[in-house]
Amino acid sequence: MIAVVDYRAGNLTSVMKALDHVGAEAAVSDDPDVVAKADKIILPGVGHFSSTTTLERAGLRAAIQRAVERGAPFLGICVGMQWMFESSEEAPGVPGLGWLPGECGRFPKDLKSPHVGWNSLACDHRSRLFRGIPSGSFVYFTHSYRAPVVGATVARCEYGGEFSAAVEEGQLFGVQFHPEKSGAVGLKILESFCGL
Amino acid sequence: MLTKRIIACLDVTGGRVVKGVQFQQLRDAGDPGELAAAHSAAGADEVVLLDISASHEKRATLVDTVRRTAKQLFIPFTVGGGIRTLDEAIAVFDAGADKISINSAALADPSLITRIGDRYGSQAVIVAIDAKRVGGAAGFEAYSGGGRNPTGRGVVEWAREAEKRGAGEILLTSMDRDGTGAGFDCDLTCVISEAVRIPVIASGGGGDTQSFIDVFQRGQADAALAASIFHFGLRHLADLKQELQTAGIPMRWPC
Repeated sequence: MIAVVDYRAGNLTSVMKALDHVGAEAAVSDDPDVVAKADKIILPGVGHFSSTTTLERAGLRAAIQRAVERGAPFLGICVGMQWMFESSEEAPGVPGLGWLPGECGRFPKDLKSPHVGWNSLACDHRSRLFRGIPSGSFVYFTHSYRAPVVGATVARCEYGGEFSAAVEEGQLFGVQFHPEKSGAVGLKILESFCGL
Repeated sequence: MLTKRIIACLDVTGGRVVKGVQFQQLRDAGDPGELAAAHSAAGADEVVLLDISASHEKRATLVDTVRRTAKQLFIPFTVGGGIRTLDEAIAVFDAGADKISINSAALADPSLITRIGDRYGSQAVIVAIDAKRVGGAAGFEAYSGGGRNPTGRGVVEWAREAEKRGAGEILLTSMDRDGTGAGFDCDLTCVISEAVRIPVIASGGGGDTQSFIDVFQRGQADAALAASIFHFGLRHLADLKQELQTAGIPMRWPC
């Protein structure tokens, strides 16, 4: 069973609908015991980096850590991916999970922000998440902060410079875009995660 | 490269898609679920569903219509029309909307923008503005009530306030051009696009390929929305995207 972590930040309906469509067995949960025991974990998020403090308070951060240490695959979406890094300019002083090095930052001031719409990816073909997804594929983004390109980056995107569109390290995965809103490409990526 | 978006709009009342000209003369255009799926398959980058019901009875079906429409839709889905409170917005999000669009309710109580944004993120709140050309320095006036009531507010000033209060995008409709197919109002779109830092969706008047080229280049729109030109098969969405790409407008194409 996949646990979709509910920390009262945004809308989980679309993620659940897409998981159902790809035939995954998933349940929304805010219960640390359920999350700690889940086969896989999805951490969605469209809110503010600081809303992850709710995860801390609810005991969900520790539950996610326990599941990950057990080897359960983890997928962070949007802010859920940003939270895999150390910190964000959006919420100074709020620690991320720190699995990946670096800080998420704002887009340059001369650009429209949020970065909203369909943008193309440059994918690393060794990625398990992007199996069968050619470089140049379009996915849907909506975000005001972006994660740096790091060693774990498996898909890059360009908007006022390059940023991490997806990261992958061992069983840890993150996507800045919304696979549940990215048409056939996004559904295929979710299917790859669910099939791990 | 970030592409320009082509958004298919479904105007619905009582669970059916309809199309009018300059906010009047409604014709039946089909089932919202079927049309949304068809637009998505043809390459629409987003779908917007606007409830234009005049009566409370017809509006009562909105949540059910949203649920049916969202079911097989895996691209961004916006719902608007008659949403007046946070609770109504919550019901529409729960039914499967990714963003909601508010117009008259935001004009009456701008704090609604912030309250929905605080709960769902500002990317989920679109402020829709119905704009009409007026004489004098004001240029364009915002109308409420589905284009029935002049508000006395200048569109530039209102768009800036909406941005300040946390709107994620502006959906800007030219009442003068709506349903005419005579081309988007590029002056209006350009003025607003330069006045705010958030994306602007141009609406009203979309017709031939050149009208879309104009609104993206001269109007500096981030997205263009159209309804009737897609529903009645006057133009296949896929052809439009291909022609725009050939003309040098960045498109999600093929998709």
